[in-house]
Amino acid sequence: MERKILLKNVDVPGIRTFEVYRSTGGYDSVEKALKKMTPDEVVEEVKMSGLRGRGGAGFPAGMKWSFIDKKSGNPRYLICNADESEPGTFKDRYLMEKLPHLLIEGMICSCYALGANTGYIYVRGEYKYIIGILNQAILEAYEKGFLGKNILGTAFNLDIHVHSGAGAYICGEETAQIESLEGKRGNPRIKPPFPAVVGLYGCPTVVNNVETLANIGFIVNNGGGEYAKYGVGKSTGTKLISACGNINNPGVYEIELGLSVREFLYDPKYCGGVKNGKELKAVIAGGSSVPILPASLILKTAAGEERLMTYESLADGGFVSGTMLGSGGFIVYDEDACIVRNTWNLARFYHHESCGQCSPCREGTGWMESVLHRIENGHGRTKDIDLLVSIASKIEGNTICPLGDAAAWPIASAIRHFRHEFEEHVLHPEKCINSTIRQFDDVTIS
Amino acid sequence: MLKVTIDNQTIEVEEGTTILQAARLIGGAVVPPAMCYYSKLKDSGGKCRTCLVKVAQGSARDPRPMPKLVASCRTPVADGMVVQNITSQEVIDTRKAIVEFLLINHPLDCPVCDQAGECDLQNLSYENGREESRFEESKRTFKVIDIGDKIQLHMNRCILCYRCVYTADQLTNKRSHGILYRGDVSEISTYIQNDITNDFSGNIIDVCPVGALTDKTFRFKNRVWFLNPMNAHRSCTKCSGKVTAWMRGDEVYRVTGRKDQFGEVEEFICNECRFEKKDKEDWVIEGPRNIKRASVISQNHYLNARKPSVIIPLENRTESLEEYAKENSNENKIS
Ligand SMILES: Cc1cc2nc3c(=O)[nH]c(=O)nc-3n(C[C@H](O)[C@H](O)[C@H](O)COP(=O)(O)O)c2cc1C
Ligand code: SF4
Ligand code: FES
Repeated sequence: MERKILLKNVDVPGIRTFEVYRSTGGYDSVEKALKKMTPDEVVEEVKMSGLRGRGGAGFPAGMKWSFIDKKSGNPRYLICNADESEPGTFKDRYLMEKLPHLLIEGMICSCYALGANTGYIYVRGEYKYIIGILNQAILEAYEKGFLGKNILGTAFNLDIHVHSGAGAYICGEETAQIESLEGKRGNPRIKPPFPAVVGLYGCPTVVNNVETLANIGFIVNNGGGEYAKYGVGKSTGTKLISACGNINNPGVYEIELGLSVREFLYDPKYCGGVKNGKELKAVIAGGSSVPILPASLILKTAAGEERLMTYESLADGGFVSGTMLGSGGFIVYDEDACIVRNTWNLARFYHHESCGQCSPCREGTGWMESVLHRIENGHGRTKDIDLLVSIASKIEGNTICPLGDAAAWPIASAIRHFRHEFEEHVLHPEKCINSTIRQFDDVTIS
Repeated sequence: MLKVTIDNQTIEVEEGTTILQAARLIGGAVVPPAMCYYSKLKDSGGKCRTCLVKVAQGSARDPRPMPKLVASCRTPVADGMVVQNITSQEVIDTRKAIVEFLLINHPLDCPVCDQAGECDLQNLSYENGREESRFEESKRTFKVIDIGDKIQLHMNRCILCYRCVYTADQLTNKRSHGILYRGDVSEISTYIQNDITNDFSGNIIDVCPVGALTDKTFRFKNRVWFLNPMNAHRSCTKCSGKVTAWMRGDEVYRVTGRKDQFGEVEEFICNECRFEKKDKEDWVIEGPRNIKRASVISQNHYLNARKPSVIIPLENRTESLEEYAKENSNENKIS
């Protein structure tokens, strides 16, 4: 029997409303935290749970919380990162749409633990309808005394505000998000100082992903030890995976970390195998930023071990033969997918989304896109492939924020694992099944 | 005091000093090039990535190296830190790549650019650039914009260092200057091309490391290497009145702030001094400024001309650093 933490009650009718949510045990954790626990005890439980950030980097949440500067005496802030803009990732949307109160419950406990009296939810601009859902849920929580002054009769006050982004991927980067919240241009800040010391309005701030915060209620209710019983090793708990691409059942799934990639990909409960009975070609396992892996390496590691859906197993082999769990955007390509075209498409995305602050990313992303565009359109040369590798390697690690890396990795990994396909595109562009050139030829010939 | 070693030279600096500032205190070849950092502008730096260096040892307490190259202009030193600039091949290779990035969309129109001869990007690419270009795509282009009647913006040449934005923000009382759009199409703007009409706006010309912001009162009048930079002053109610007057014979062709050896002005000057005082009578001329022998501005105008210092191959650089520094500090004066 699969065990769920987040989506346990997702199918209960009316779960979006306060009454129904409360009747399923919702908001119990707020009562427990505020009345029976000290903030430090909550932090300890989260540390013990081993919960890792679900926004992409997988940084242990409890540790991040313990970095928050309590000495300065400045107000502290919690920001919920709901900017979800990574191609292939759509799990936060599902969570907020179906279970808005789960997020708010988690945020109340988290703010209590951090000593924050104001929380923000920074929602991706395109998720306009979700803002309405969140605001409705927040309103209900205020009415029932779970938000506002003296929550449940305690001395704890908390306000939560929803803020809409304007459609920039870069505002998902935590410091760019802080700038954006402050009403400025969404440029990432130069770190250090880290937000835990100098964050929103210069005050100590924690930025966490929606899914990370949604787990806090369970941890408070059941204890960090209980949470750590889910998953394997350092990958505790469950993870929402948004699966898409050439599969039979695209959608959002809650899996217990440790499930094998094979089972996730082929079990009818999850992806249900590759669509139309085609062969699997490649998978991008954690959202568009992580390295792509060919079928041979996604199901088994280079050492021949079964690959599992965990932070460690997916990263096995480093970037030579591994990838990352990332944000959980699982993109599947079948045998007909053109790696060159898809890589170009990703390059176009990162070029478009670069904030333009630092030179390697600003200039390099555009350059890589044009070279890939040339190859894809039949004007490539063999040396262009090495040029791409060279540009990617000079962006990686030399930028202000990880968007530069995120732009370089997909291209470097696509060439690492599918170099023959790039060469084929250079030498025989008309042969590619997706080729616009060939489609054009077909039309003129027939 | 904190002890930091940069390219095998150790210096003691105060807490809070950045690696770049420490390197500048040592001087000579260990100083990383800085295209966006400007010590007089708060929050500047960190963007261009030309000043990246390798931290081989984080501190005495935690001797682990830093995993990535760091921007020396924004990284504070720690006690016992060991930094490699030109003694690290990785740093040199990366700097080459950064220069390539900065140049791919640059128009390379030095022959018609007023900044030629005193351009940081020109200097940087002489030292770290590739001979040939690997970029075959078409370059992005923008229209030339007038910022008020005295300043012109050639966005094509801009490297988006943000220095002018910080200047407009920190030095002038009405901010109408910023960045529009995103990524490689971002551009410097005085929002909807508003004039910058305050007294210190002209300083954005001096802080610009390239020829993106130029002085319209000097435009196409002369090449900087035909002019003699003279220290000059006048009594001014708005600024210190201490400037560099760029002269040819008795004529003052243009007025700028006094730039130090790192290309930063010593003091910001007002627009009146910069744009309106173009008469020799307006100024008390103190005498010629020191110009590096290596600068093209020294061409034909200097006594004691010496052969350019020998280019020291990388593997020998550490031993000859002092010699190198000595040669380069030997500045010559105008005849
Ligand atoms: C370019 C870029 C985009 C990002 N977008 C998101 C995002 O949409 N949602 C998110 O939760 N984190 C995003 N992140 C990660 C955040 O910077 C941050 O690490 C995360 O919100 C921390 O939350 P967590 O510790 O709970 O994962 C992004 C990072 C980068 C560099
Ligand atoms: S890496 Fe790209 S997105 Fe990040 S700060 Fe630099 S230019 Fe902006
Ligand atoms: S001078 Fe340090 S990054 Fe530009």
